[in-house]
Amino acid sequence: MSRHTLSVLVEDKPGVLTRVAGLFARRAFNIHSLAVGPTEHEEISRITVVVDVEEHPLEQVTKQLNKLIHVIKIVELEPESSVHRELLLVKVRADATTRTGVLEVVEMFRARVVDVVPDSVVIEATGPAAKLDSLLAALEPYGVREIVKSGTLAIGRGARSITDRAFERSVRSHAATGTA
Amino acid sequence: MTGTPTPAQIAARAEARDQVRTELRSRTVGGRTEPEAATPRVGPEEVTGAQSIVRSLEEVGADTVFGIPGGAILPLYDPLMDSAKLRHILVRHEQGGGHAASGYAHATGRVGVTMATSGPGATNLVTPIADAHMDSIPLVAITGQVASSSIGTDAFQEADIVGITLPITKHNFLVTDPAEIPRTIAEAFHIASTGRPGPVLVDISKSAMQARTTFSWPQELQLPGYHPVTKPHSKQIREAAKLLATARRPVLYVGGGVIRSGAADLLRQLVDLSGAPVVTTLMARGAVPDSHPQHLGMPGMHGTVPAVAALQKADLVFALGARFDDRVTGKLSSFAPLAAIVHADIDPAEIGKNREADVPIVGDLREVIGDLLPELAREHDAHGKPDVEGWWRQLDEWRHTYPRGFTQPEDGNLSPQHVIQRVGELTGPDGIYVAGVGQHQMWAAQFISYERPNTWINSGGLGTMGYSVPAAMGAKVGQPDRTVWAIDGDGCFQMTNQELATCTINDIPIKVAVINNSSLGMVRQWQTLFYESRYSNTDLHTGHGTMRVPDFVKLADAYGCEGIRVERASDVDAAIKRANEIDDRPVVVDFTVSRDAMVWPMVAAGVSNDDIQYARGISPAWDRED
Repeated sequence: MSRHTLSVLVEDKPGVLTRVAGLFARRAFNIHSLAVGPTEHEEISRITVVVDVEEHPLEQVTKQLNKLIHVIKIVELEPESSVHRELLLVKVRADATTRTGVLEVVEMFRARVVDVVPDSVVIEATGPAAKLDSLLAALEPYGVREIVKSGTLAIGRGARSITDRAFERSVRSHAATGTA
Repeated sequence: MTGTPTPAQIAARAEARDQVRTELRSRTVGGRTEPEAATPRVGPEEVTGAQSIVRSLEEVGADTVFGIPGGAILPLYDPLMDSAKLRHILVRHEQGGGHAASGYAHATGRVGVTMATSGPGATNLVTPIADAHMDSIPLVAITGQVASSSIGTDAFQEADIVGITLPITKHNFLVTDPAEIPRTIAEAFHIASTGRPGPVLVDISKSAMQARTTFSWPQELQLPGYHPVTKPHSKQIREAAKLLATARRPVLYVGGGVIRSGAADLLRQLVDLSGAPVVTTLMARGAVPDSHPQHLGMPGMHGTVPAVAALQKADLVFALGARFDDRVTGKLSSFAPLAAIVHADIDPAEIGKNREADVPIVGDLREVIGDLLPELAREHDAHGKPDVEGWWRQLDEWRHTYPRGFTQPEDGNLSPQHVIQRVGELTGPDGIYVAGVGQHQMWAAQFISYERPNTWINSGGLGTMGYSVPAAMGAKVGQPDRTVWAIDGDGCFQMTNQELATCTINDIPIKVAVINNSSLGMVRQWQTLFYESRYSNTDLHTGHGTMRVPDFVKLADAYGCEGIRVERASDVDAAIKRANEIDDRPVVVDFTVSRDAMVWPMVAAGVSNDDIQYARGISPAWDRED
């Protein structure tokens, strides 16, 4: 098993996430994380999905995803040529005696405190999964009370945009294929 | 230059994007770039949503709908009554309507249409939709849904049919805005019939049917993510032609895609030009005439020995619209172990799914074969035709040693194979044969000779018992001038025979041959072979010497059909001839046959095709000549 990150460009239609997620479940692929949001084209949403699969089934699931009518384009983002980030919000016990220690950890990981009450703080951090794991490990001794994480977001390095090309391609081939 | 874009650049990009969007929205059904010139505009007309559905179906070219009304779809049935272009056939069960639409599509190559109400009406369509999905049948199912304000409230007869059918449709829609009806129906028919065909469900809320809206035609399709590849890559075509021109032991492995694509005539040319043997899968029977000297028959679990052996010993398997299904390959790792694979299919996801392809070709088979023919001729001109004489000597020996055949039952009862063979011989290749699922289906695939595409209709992928009667009904509606035989089993027949009422009332004179072995025959065969003849729950009590519950002749009579019972071999021909002469009502012939007859040859599930048994305990000796 190896971990792959797919960027799936889809039409912004009701139920599209169900179609994509359902396909993974049906073909017995394990979704590690999932993140969905709008793009610079209002009709297109972008799903970033991280899966644990072998190379061959990954090709098969990509082809199956491509068959979904609302899926416009799928790109696998290789770790070396793309930036991967997650967002973490974590609630940690921190009273007068431990707060300094907690804040040192926050400082060290370049995270931010976004809420403070007398006996706890909420910390916001972004970064690759490994960094967030280290942060959580460092906070663990103080007492982690609640964790919420986004799915991984990923984008290719360099000037090229997968959404622009996808958009133009979909229009061109639509025109060329015709319909009948 | 990767700096920050200037405001002018941003504006230019935005403009380009807008232009692209405008283009995206201006494609119309029919894909013509000059829609106004090509199709006269209809509308806008002030209509109800229900009228808009009827108008859309008329404009998209539908002529027949199989369905049943109910609460949520009632508004649609009112304007449907006035349509001069749409013939609605009232079926007795939604499953029957769905299979009838499938049979109609099978027999005509056009999109089959079925309608049902919300909730149970819609869920009864699940089986035919799944069936059409597995066998790539162009089907549009229109279902009523509860009023949009009630969706999600567990309202009376509410079911999330879009959610339920997500994994078994090519695509589906929920429509709550009446303005979207014409475009959605245009898209549904487009998706169902192009690329790899399949079922599309359109769920329309009752409130959308009742609301006022406007109807206009043609409609702009908005499917930016849908663009099936039909034109194959020329480099792949050259590679494939080169392999076919040099292989010493080639086999053309033909699947149902050839029939869906309408490529049977071109395939015939390819068979003749290549000189290669050809096998046709269960879904492709009729794609090449059975009388063609290069045709080895059907491969797979119950295929002919020559067809199975040819694939096992081939050095090139040339797959056209076939999907390396487990019923064909047997144990996958030992399938065609010596062969290079050329795999042509319109669905890229089929290629490499089960068996890796050495030469993958994505495209419509009409285009694929059309491009292959001149390329193969060029190869022959340049390098001469390949020497396949030795291969043919081997194949002919197999054909001679292992011809199709059967033994007479020892219990003295009718041989089911004989009955089916005679139905085919006395009706001829112009007839259409529609099977259920089980032993009778396999015998009908083996012992009827098919000469034309679209004359053999069955449920291949899903294996839906009960398919035969309703699908035969649909086929007869689509091809009213042809004799249509449902070859059914006594188990299958009891699942869907209520559609005989539809046939009688609507003057759809199909003929049903019930191959009545008084049991769930195929399951019984497996119990005989793999469960020490412990016959758990396979006895149906419909044959000779039983209570005959039900009595199929009486049942035929009750439905207004001609009922005939045949128990002796000497009566078989006369009964079939009589059935073929009757054209004013459906006919049911109850052939009570031996229950001990088994389907041979057979490759047991999960074992290698090398272990095919010609008959029980008889395995071919492959390497005798060595």
